[in-house]
Amino acid sequence: MKTWLRQHRQAIAAAFGKLAAQKSAAALNALVIGIALSLPAGGYALLSSLRTISVGAVLEPQLSVFLRAEVKRPEADTLGARLKTDARVSDARFVSREQALKELQATEGLAEVVAALSHNPLPDAFVVRPKRTQGAHSTDAALLDALASELRALPGVAHVQVDSAWARRLGALAGTARLATALLAALLAFGLVAITFNTIRLQILTQRAEIEISKLIGATDAFIRRPFFYLGALQGLAGGLVALVILAASLAALNIGVSELAASYGSSFRLGFLEPGDALAVVLFSAALGWFGAFLSVSKYLREIEPK
Amino acid sequence: MISFSAVVKRYPGGQEGLKGVSFSIEAGEFAFVAGHSGAGKSTLLKLIPAIERPSSGAVLVNGQNVGALKRAALPYLRRNLGLVFQDQKLLYDRSVYDNVMLPLAFSELSGREAARRARAALDKVGLLAREKANPIQLSGGEQQRLAIARAVVNRPSVLIADEPTANLDAGSAAAILEIFADFNKVGVTVLVATHDEGLIGRFARQVLRLAKGSLVQ
Repeated sequence: MKTWLRQHRQAIAAAFGKLAAQKSAAALNALVIGIALSLPAGGYALLSSLRTISVGAVLEPQLSVFLRAEVKRPEADTLGARLKTDARVSDARFVSREQALKELQATEGLAEVVAALSHNPLPDAFVVRPKRTQGAHSTDAALLDALASELRALPGVAHVQVDSAWARRLGALAGTARLATALLAALLAFGLVAITFNTIRLQILTQRAEIEISKLIGATDAFIRRPFFYLGALQGLAGGLVALVILAASLAALNIGVSELAASYGSSFRLGFLEPGDALAVVLFSAALGWFGAFLSVSKYLREIEPK
Repeated sequence: MISFSAVVKRYPGGQEGLKGVSFSIEAGEFAFVAGHSGAGKSTLLKLIPAIERPSSGAVLVNGQNVGALKRAALPYLRRNLGLVFQDQKLLYDRSVYDNVMLPLAFSELSGREAARRARAALDKVGLLAREKANPIQLSGGEQQRLAIARAVVNRPSVLIADEPTANLDAGSAAAILEIFADFNKVGVTVLVATHDEGLIGRFARQVLRLAKGSLVQ
């Protein structure tokens, strides 16, 4: 065990030695890997930030049925009872004009606007949640439109609005973006493996004589491979760290514009950096890919070098 | 200790390096493999650490048929053999000391014991004072002595040298052979390939004479 640990220590030291011996090449490799990894990592950070917006939104389709101003509460109750007995409706919640005003007041940035109003301009309303179509992912858009048309025709109804369509679109867009990010990550992961594969191949060719001699004097393949594995992992690790630095710098730059834009909507929204666990995962994933690239390269080329 | 039984080595293309060679060297012997260039000396020596595999016949080292060994077993065979080559095969990006330490990197020895062993081997070949030098700064004879130090640092039971004196002057060549003789005195089996009949005559040991891949009297 002691010997095994000593050999690993020596292999790590040898890997650091190789990196130190080729500082510029190692730095360039780390930069290339860092840039490649920062793209999917940036995409992930962006999507995580956007999720904080879409999570607050109602993704289930619903209809807002606004009543005419002259409609009295008993008429509203009758309408509510009718809605609740409709087979296509899952739930119908009454929102009084007073309650709507309170909710508006609580909305960020609108408190002052509401305070400036001389009277409550909001109507009474029902928030109607349609039943889901069996087997469908979401309520069928055509059915929703048909229901909205029928509700518009009811006495006392001023306007019917199909809510949450924007949130659904945002959700669908985010899903597509997540898939694109995953595909980009997979593609760039191949790139990272290819970079490490080639770097290690060059290292093996450079050290051909040393490998030959090591085999002659009784070094096992595992002993010879080890420094190359560590070199690949270290290169990946360095690339992962560079990716985080690039991401942090890019987000800081983007946030200048984003915070200004958000402030104009009365929001304090900013693009957030990766969670510590996610940042660690980026670095470890990068190191693992570096190790894998080294593994492929060493497996291919080491067997070709035999003492003569 | 080392036994060849009807060993044939055929290269791709059909050329035969060895043609049914049989001999035996007991533990603690000092033998020469003699012959002209192309006689098969290097081929014979390469079969012992399984750098080459025999086409037919058996090569036994310490009772082990090395021709049948799996690839993964070769390092353990080679650790028990000290190999010295005509071109030394030194690492010129490391010091003399680091070159000798190389075989100890994968030994069970502690760092302190490995360092002591490396210095003892360098002392034995008269290079302790040059341990920090780069091998490129050494003369041909010194480089060959360094290769010997590296070969013996693991205390192998067999020392094999392929033309170790080929590029050396007569004085350096004799000094190298004296070092081999010293190791042989402490029980190491030594097998040296050379075409230098003068050296063979001076040391008067068992001689395996090869001509065109066959042993001759």
